[in-house]
Amino acid sequence: MPLTEILQYEFMQNAFLAGTIVAIVASVVGYFVVLRHVTFAGHALSHIGFSGAAGAVLVGVSPIWGLLAFTLLAALAMGLLGERLEGRDVAIGIVLAFALGLGILFLQLYTAYASEAFSILFGSIMGISRSDVALSLGIGIVVLVALSFISRPLLFMSMNPIAAEARGVPTRLLSAVFLLIVALAVSEAVQVVGVLLIFALLVAPPATAMYLTPRLYPALSLAVGLGVLETWFGLILAYYTDYSVSFFIASAAVAAYLLVRLLVWMGVIGNVLPAQAIEGSLGS
Amino acid sequence: MQSPISRTRSPVHPQMSDEVVAEASHLSVVLRGRPVLEDVNFSLRAGEFVALIGPNGAGKSTLLRVLLGLIPPTAGSVRVLGQPVDRGNPRIGYVPQHQTFYESTPLRGRDMVALGVDGTRYGPPTPGRAQSATVQQALDDVRATAYADMPVARLSGGEQQRLMLAQALVGNPELLLLDEPLANLDIRSRREVVDLVRDISRVRGIAVVFVAHDVNPLLGCMDRVLYIANGRAVIGPQDQIVRSDVLSDLFGFPVHVIRAEGHVLVSTADGDECH
Ligand SMILES: Nc1ncnc2c1ncn2[C@@H]1O[C@H](COP(=O)(O)OP(=O)(O)O)[C@@H](O)[C@H]1O
Ligand SMILES: [Mg+2]
Repeated sequence: MPLTEILQYEFMQNAFLAGTIVAIVASVVGYFVVLRHVTFAGHALSHIGFSGAAGAVLVGVSPIWGLLAFTLLAALAMGLLGERLEGRDVAIGIVLAFALGLGILFLQLYTAYASEAFSILFGSIMGISRSDVALSLGIGIVVLVALSFISRPLLFMSMNPIAAEARGVPTRLLSAVFLLIVALAVSEAVQVVGVLLIFALLVAPPATAMYLTPRLYPALSLAVGLGVLETWFGLILAYYTDYSVSFFIASAAVAAYLLVRLLVWMGVIGNVLPAQAIEGSLGS
Repeated sequence: MQSPISRTRSPVHPQMSDEVVAEASHLSVVLRGRPVLEDVNFSLRAGEFVALIGPNGAGKSTLLRVLLGLIPPTAGSVRVLGQPVDRGNPRIGYVPQHQTFYESTPLRGRDMVALGVDGTRYGPPTPGRAQSATVQQALDDVRATAYADMPVARLSGGEQQRLMLAQALVGNPELLLLDEPLANLDIRSRREVVDLVRDISRVRGIAVVFVAHDVNPLLGCMDRVLYIANGRAVIGPQDQIVRSDVLSDLFGFPVHVIRAEGHVLVSTADGDECH
């Protein structure tokens, strides 16, 4: 059994533990990221996190603290920009450009850390320690508890923003809280797949699941299942081939997404009722 | 014909009630320095079906948002269901103007309707609540059961509209505010929606404010009509308001109300012809 062989090594145990935790958290948070159409904010948060991580390396602390500090601050700033979507992506883009510029500066100030930069960009799951795993678990629990607490009103305001506001849902506050949750999930996921491939865990699994079912819990379960399997697949292949884990994870995620879209397009799978059911309801 | 609509509140026609569900006195609203409503007065009775008519930009949506507590009156007072207005009143059902869904929105119609029951409460959605009797009843009332299991984004505008009406109904409101539910519907479906809402209003005993910019699809169906134009409002039964003299006075230019073979047609003097 190859898996037992792999799991003899502590670094592989840690990689599997952290990878599984991160895959679960990212898929669940990602479902709401896709539902709310804030994928660009998620993308920006991860890149802003890069600068935070680079800054942390420069001052000699673990990159995760820089990631957390920068992404949470950026999420707060985005939350203050509010729900207005038109101007918002431009504003996020400008903050993002500034943050990335800062990241480059941090790297130049200390070129000795080029390998650190590489692992922030592409992930460093194989080099993760037991205490990193514990931290991932802690962050993951906070994220899932907070998200499940706000999930029902969040769903309501994502589907029917004006009606939800009229019914008393504090939409501005909750969208800011949600961005903080995304910031935590992104910081965590960067450890596994790195800044550049964050979408492989955050967006691809839930987006794939949404093509398969229009129901909340089945979609969440599918997203988590896909995210975890893709992560394990990446870890196992990376162990045997010495190529990058994030390459395999990203490839698996993209392949699953494309396969599902192809099958939906071919009509092999789909969540549409027979056409008669729709017509029957219209004629009366 | 047997009506499929549930009788949750009152089996008798409730229109004769004198109970007031909403009341505005000397209401004025100024938005960004621009007066939108000036000295508007009306009172809506329990169970009545009121059409709120006015041209685009007259302040119809603004008036609904005042009743919902989303916009504070600049002057005057508003009371809803015996209390000063308050955002989030669960006794008011509301369907906003233009709600659109992204094509990828992954939820079923019935899930969206269920959010009307408990969407404001914290915690994760209870699995299976979309199958509950309340949700099913509201879906039957708006005749949307046949497509309730489809993803919302795949449905037509009219079907989405009915699902949002069901979402507003599951909270068992006493006052229903519908903002332009006829926009983007063809003429036949307009009449269907008007009839549907009127049935629901009667059977459930809910007062309805039905916003439209054109009065024609509502003629003969409403208990009273609230007309707004130029910031002012008049309210009364159709035959006292939908008259050339009253509407011309309100609009400030000639409006013709044409009656022919039991039909009434409201037309601006020469506005319908191409020049
Ligand atoms: N948030 C706002 N700030 C400033 N002006 C507004 C706002 N909302 C609406 N208005 C203005 O108030 C007037 C009435 O708008 P509205 O109530 O939407 O009209 P209607 O629904 O009758 O078409 C319009 O002239 C509109 O431009
Ligand atoms: Mg309007």
